[in-house]
Amino acid sequence: MKYKLTLAAALLSATMFAGAASAKTFVYCSEGSPEGFDPGIYTAGTTFDASAHPIYNRLLEFKPGTTQPEAALAQSWEISADGTVYTFKLRPNVKFQTTDFFKPTRNLTADDVVFSIGRQVDEKNAWNKYISGASWEYAEGMGFPKLIKSVEKVDDLTVKMTLNRPEAPFLANLAMPFASILSKEYADSLEKAGKKEQLNQQPVGTGPFTFVGYQQDAVIRYTKNKDFWGTAPKIDDLVFAITTDAAVRYQKLKANECQLMPYPNAADVKSMKSDSNLKVLEQEGLNIAYLAYNTTQAPFDKLEVRQALNKAINKKAIVDAVFQGMATPAVNPIPPTMWSYNKDTKDDTYDLEASKKMLADAGVKNLSMKVWAMPVSRPYMLNARRAAEIIQDDFAKVGVKVEIVSYEWAEYLNRSKAKDRDGAAIMGWTGDNGDPDNFLDTLLGCDAVGGNNRAQWCNKEFDALVKKAKTVSDVGERTKLYEQAQVIFKKEAPWATIDHSLAVVPMRKGVTGFTQSPLGDFTFEAVDIAE
Amino acid sequence: MFGFLLRRLAVLIPTFIGVSIIAFSFIRLLPGDPVELLSGERVMSPERHAIISHDLGFDRPIVVQYFDYLGGVMTGDFGTSIVSKKPILDQFWSLFPATVELSFCAIILAIALGIPAGMIAAIKRGSIFDQGLMGIALVGYSMPIFWWGLLLIILFSGTLQWFPVSGRISLMFFFKPVTGFMLIDSLMSGQKGAFASALSHLALPSIVLATIPLAVIARQTRSAMLEVLSEDYVRTARAKGLSPFRVVGIHALRNAMIPVITTIGLQIGVMLAGAILTETIFSWPGIGKWMVDSVFRRDYAVIQGGLLLIAAIIMIVNLIVDLLYGLINPRIRH
Repeated sequence: MKYKLTLAAALLSATMFAGAASAKTFVYCSEGSPEGFDPGIYTAGTTFDASAHPIYNRLLEFKPGTTQPEAALAQSWEISADGTVYTFKLRPNVKFQTTDFFKPTRNLTADDVVFSIGRQVDEKNAWNKYISGASWEYAEGMGFPKLIKSVEKVDDLTVKMTLNRPEAPFLANLAMPFASILSKEYADSLEKAGKKEQLNQQPVGTGPFTFVGYQQDAVIRYTKNKDFWGTAPKIDDLVFAITTDAAVRYQKLKANECQLMPYPNAADVKSMKSDSNLKVLEQEGLNIAYLAYNTTQAPFDKLEVRQALNKAINKKAIVDAVFQGMATPAVNPIPPTMWSYNKDTKDDTYDLEASKKMLADAGVKNLSMKVWAMPVSRPYMLNARRAAEIIQDDFAKVGVKVEIVSYEWAEYLNRSKAKDRDGAAIMGWTGDNGDPDNFLDTLLGCDAVGGNNRAQWCNKEFDALVKKAKTVSDVGERTKLYEQAQVIFKKEAPWATIDHSLAVVPMRKGVTGFTQSPLGDFTFEAVDIAE
Repeated sequence: MFGFLLRRLAVLIPTFIGVSIIAFSFIRLLPGDPVELLSGERVMSPERHAIISHDLGFDRPIVVQYFDYLGGVMTGDFGTSIVSKKPILDQFWSLFPATVELSFCAIILAIALGIPAGMIAAIKRGSIFDQGLMGIALVGYSMPIFWWGLLLIILFSGTLQWFPVSGRISLMFFFKPVTGFMLIDSLMSGQKGAFASALSHLALPSIVLATIPLAVIARQTRSAMLEVLSEDYVRTARAKGLSPFRVVGIHALRNAMIPVITTIGLQIGVMLAGAILTETIFSWPGIGKWMVDSVFRRDYAVIQGGLLLIAAIIMIVNLIVDLLYGLINPRIRH
C-alpha cells in the first residue's frame, strides 16, 4: 500500500513537472512601451500590438495576412440599400476574460458594442472624458463623430449603426484597433468603485490572451485566454520584453532571450539571413514615402516643372542608400499589395537630359528650392536627410539648387502642411485599414488641402472619382474608379513617389504560425515554438 | 553643525524654485507641440487642436500655467502624463528604484576600483602601472556610453554568452515588486536562482555606467594623493618611521579624500545623465529611459515633473556631500 502511494505521488509530481515544463512561453522583443491599454485613445502601432491585438476583438477583423475584413465578434451584417444603416448580428456565447481584478458575470452583448463605439463619437457619453486628456484621435481621424449618427441596441445580440452618409470603407474602419470592443460590465464596475482610469491600465477583453501585468517600460505579461471563442492559442504565455534599441533586440534574438522582433536595423538584415538559428520574413509594407511639391506655389504650379523634377530623381539610388535594398521604388500613390493598384501605370524614367530640356522649355532657369527632410526615421523612410541629399545631388545635375531644411518632428508635421509652404516636403504614410480611400482621399483629396494633402493639390476630376468610390459598395466598380484616379495622379505629378519599404520580421527558426500583417500589426494567437 | 544644516537647507528653497522655472519654461521653449504629436501623421483639425489644448490647459497664459503647476507641486501633485494619463509621482516612484539600484552598484564599483587604482598610481608615480592606468582612465573617460554598452553586449552577451543581453531579471521569474529593488525583491521572492539572475543582469549596465565615474575618481585620487604626499607632514610621518601603510592609508588618504568626495558627489549628477543612455541600451526600466521617451513624445508633465524630482534628489545628494565635508574637515562648518 505504502509503495503504491509513493508511486502515485511520484507519478503525480512527474505529471505536474511535465505540465510546468510543457508550458510554452513566447517572448516578443517589442520596440517600445505601450502608452496605455485602451486602444480607443491612442494612435501608435506599438500600443495596439500590446492592447488591441492580444486582449481585444472587434466586430470585424482583418483576415490574417490580408487587408480583407472578415467576421469576428459580428457573425453577420446587413447594409441598407442606401448604404447608411448597418445591422450587425453578434456572435453568441463570447466570454470576456476572467482576471485577478475582474470576474465577468455575462457574455458579450450589444451593450458592450454600444458602449465601446458610443464613448468615442458622443461627447456627452459619460466615458468620453473618463480620464484627463482622453481624446479619440483615431475615431476623429477616420471621421467617426461626423459619420455615425447613432449606435443602438436592437436586442442582446443585434446592433444597429446609422450613418449620416454612405461610406464604403466603414466595415474596414470597424476592423481597426481603435474600434476594439470593451466590456461594459467591467467599465460599470470601475465607475462604481470610482476607478475609471483603470480601464486604461488593467484591460479586459474577449481576445486570445488575458492581461496579467505590466511592469512599466520593461515587461508585459499575458496568458492564454482559456475561454477564447476562436481557435485557442498554441502558446500558454505571451511576454513582451520591451527593448527599444534595434541592435539590442537583435542580440536578444540571437541569445534566444526572445523569439521574434520587429523593426531590425536595415544593416543587420544580411547577417540575420545568414544565421542558421534565425529566419527572416519579408513583405512589402502598406506604405509610401513621397516628395510633395507645393502645387499652389510657383514654379511648382506648372505641371512641366513637376514632371521634369520627377525625371531627375534616382529612386533606385535612394532605395539602395537608405534601405540597403529593403524597399521598392514607388510608382503609384498606393502600394502594389493594395487592391485597385494600377499595374499599367508607367513610372517616370530617370533621365537627366530630358529633365533639363523640360525645365528649359518651361522657362525655368537657376531654380533654387527647399527640400524638407523629416527629422525622424519612419518605416516608409528610414533616413529622410540621406534621401534629401541624394535628391539634392540629382537636382544639381539639372541645374536646380536645393537647400535641405528640417524641423523637430511635431513642428515639421505642422509646418509642412501649411498652404504657402516653400518647396517640396518628404513625407509618407502607413495604411490604416487597407482601403485605397485611406491613401487616395486622405492624402490627395481636396478637403485634405492644408492638412494631410501636403501637395496642396486639388484636382476636381481626381477628387470626384475618389469621392464617388466612397459611396459605392461594389469592389469591382470601386477598383475601376481608383485605377482611373491613379492615372490622373501620375499625369498631374503632385508628388514624386519615392518608395514602398519592405517590412522585415526576424525570428528564431523554430517559430511557426506567424503571419506578417500588411498593416504592420504583430499578432501571436496562431504562433507556436518548436524550440 | 545644526546651524550649518539650516543654512544649507535655506539655500535649497530658492534653488528648487529656480529649477522649477527652468524645467517648466525650457521644455516649452523647445519646438514641437505635444497636442500635434497625439495624432502623428494623421493631421488634426485646428478646431480639434483647440479643444484638446483647452482640455490640457495649454491655452492659458504660461505664467498662470506655471503658478498652477507650482501650486500642485507644493501639495505633492506633480500632474498627470499627457500620454499614459497616469500620475507623474506614481510613475516616478515605480521607476526610480531601478535607477537607484543601477546607479548605486555603479558608484560602488567606481569607488571600489577608482580609489585604490588612483592611490597605487600616485605611489608608483611615473611607473608603467601609473602611465598605463592613467591611459586607460583617459580612454574610459572619453568612451561614448552608447557605443561602449553595445560593444560589451556584443562581446559578453552575444559572443561569449556570459551575461544576459538586457532587462533586470530573467523572464522566467515573475513576482510582484515589493521594494522595487530587484536584488532585494528577488531574494524576498524565495524563487531559486532569482537573485543570481538579477545580479547577472546588473553586471554589464553597472560596468558601463561606472566607466566614466571610475576614470574620473581614479584620476582625481591620483592627483590629490600626489599633492598630499609631497606635504611636510607626510615627510615627517615617514621620518618618524611609520609604516608605509599608516603614512599613505591613514595620514595621506584622509586629507586626499576631500576633493575626491566632492568629485564623487558631482559624479552622482553625471551618473543620472549617464543612466539615461545606459538605461536605453540595456532596456533598464528606470527614470532615464522614461525621460527620454517623454522628450520624444513632448510629454510636458513628465519632463518637468521628472526634471524637478531629479533636481531635488541631486540637491539632497549635494547637501549630504556638504555635510560629509563638515565631518571630515570641521573648519568647513564655520
